[in-house]
Amino acid sequence: MSSRSPAAAASVAPPYLRRRRPLGRRLRRAFAPYGLLLPASAVIAAVLAYPLYYLVRLSFQHYGLFQLVRHKGEAIGTANYTEIFHDSVFWHTLLRTVAVTAVCVVLTVVLATLIALLLAELSSWVRLLLTAGLIFVWATPVVVAISVWSWMIDFEFGVANWTLTKLGVGNFNHHDWLANPWSGWSVIISLIVWGAIPFVAITLYAGLTQVSRELVEAASIDGASRWRIFRDITLPLLKPIYVIVISLSIIWDFQVFNQVWLITNTTPSPDYYVMAVYSYVTSFKISEYGLGSAIAVVMVAIMALISVFYVRQMVKLGDVE
Amino acid sequence: MSAPLAGAPLAGLRPVRRRSRRTRARRWGVDALGLLVFLVMIFPVYWMVATAFKPGGDIIANTPVWFPTHPTLSNFSDAIDRPYFWTSVRNSLIVVVSVVVISLVLAFLAALALAKFRFYGRKAFIVLIIAVQMVPLNALIIPIYLVLSKAHQVDKLSGLVITYLTFVLPFTIWTLRGFLLGVPRELEEAAQVDGSTRFGAFVRILLPLIGPGLVATSIFAFIQAWNEYLMASVLVHSAHNQTLTLWLAGFITDRGTAWGPLMAGATLTALPVVLFFVAIQRRIAFGLTSGAVRG
Repeated sequence: MSSRSPAAAASVAPPYLRRRRPLGRRLRRAFAPYGLLLPASAVIAAVLAYPLYYLVRLSFQHYGLFQLVRHKGEAIGTANYTEIFHDSVFWHTLLRTVAVTAVCVVLTVVLATLIALLLAELSSWVRLLLTAGLIFVWATPVVVAISVWSWMIDFEFGVANWTLTKLGVGNFNHHDWLANPWSGWSVIISLIVWGAIPFVAITLYAGLTQVSRELVEAASIDGASRWRIFRDITLPLLKPIYVIVISLSIIWDFQVFNQVWLITNTTPSPDYYVMAVYSYVTSFKISEYGLGSAIAVVMVAIMALISVFYVRQMVKLGDVE
Repeated sequence: MSAPLAGAPLAGLRPVRRRSRRTRARRWGVDALGLLVFLVMIFPVYWMVATAFKPGGDIIANTPVWFPTHPTLSNFSDAIDRPYFWTSVRNSLIVVVSVVVISLVLAFLAALALAKFRFYGRKAFIVLIIAVQMVPLNALIIPIYLVLSKAHQVDKLSGLVITYLTFVLPFTIWTLRGFLLGVPRELEEAAQVDGSTRFGAFVRILLPLIGPGLVATSIFAFIQAWNEYLMASVLVHSAHNQTLTLWLAGFITDRGTAWGPLMAGATLTALPVVLFFVAIQRRIAFGLTSGAVRG
């Protein structure tokens, strides 16, 4: 705010004040921002824009091992797209990715909301403890998290099998979690949600603390139930934060790769394919880079649609006039 | 008239006292729930550290040993003695520090333009920077790999540095812009009125003010680059060029995993990240939400 008002004042300042500055300095000032932006823009163009353009071009090419050696693809029009759209594995993968994303995002947002509301009610020492715990989980690198989870679900000495057997859920002695895609996916989804909760919960809690206490107290004096207060006061006020965390969660979960790839020992069966894994396998395992690119382009297109919501909200919040 | 009036406070008092007992019980319940959530969330992290300190016999036990009652450092020495541990640490540090330094310099200039100048195309550039952070890197890895292999940059740390700029640079520009916006313009103008040049004002006023922001941003960039796995797994082939995440992943995918050393290695990989993260977490949560509710 403070940075905005003087600038506005400068732009309405009487013209004679500005004319006093020498031409050279005015020119320098007019071009300075472009000069400052140039290096970063050049790097972004080289490492992001060009690969993105190249990805689209690759999706219209046949690019196998032979082409890899010659560093040159063969244009084949839309054949790659025709092939993936007639490929049942592709459709299953797309559906599976959407389903996994939906489950992960819903679980993450609901559980994180409950934790954020819980944080607001805790005595301060428990709140500190839980916040610290969330931060430790947030800080855990994903490869580290995957290694811990694969140890916990180890079929012989994993703590998960022992606990579930003791709790009487069933006989999990020597249960191989990844043998069956349903139990495998429940592990992967738990791992993703566990890792995603801290960011969302802490962000939502930070938002909750900014909701005016008077408003909530007034409503509760008027006899509103907790649920009504949450639905009619908290939720509308937190809507901008929800738009951001939900769209970010969708974007992150839709392109999930590491958790699936590493927990299945880098050899996932087609039951474990999601878009990123399928594109990776097609490109780097069977060396069909053009086909892999077409799958990746579909992924980018879907994510672009979702990021519109995020970008709009960020621009609104980011003080961009 | 007087009887009900006299009775009212008494009648009112009782429920109040009962409610206070009830709220205390509720408070206990809520705290207990909070502790339970804490235990569930922290358990994997605890289990990693606990396993790392346990002797082999306690790790491979039919009934889990919940506390490392016979703590040992042998898992850590096993992990460190595994081939390429120190090489991987060195590679990770080289890559990450290069990425952070390059990003910070480029991003600082760009952020300065975005926060301190008004010019044609500024808004478009800001939208672009936000949008670019949404591009799925898992999709870009194919063209990046093909371009780098044409330029003979595959299986080289320099190729990895170039690649990591794709996600570190836009993020750094965005975060630094936020910190620069927080510096009141009046301060800089006051310095200029006092006869200081624009550059002098920058060095004496702006730099100390955004110092903490620069530190926080570089640490966050460090964490992102340190944790990266997929790009490295595609772009690095030989063991002497691998980063720490690749080294750790090689551990996981080994058949008949040695869980003790793996957990020790995982603890070592996570350690710098966790320390850095705890140092800056306040800023992250604040930066993400400041002003979000006001809108």
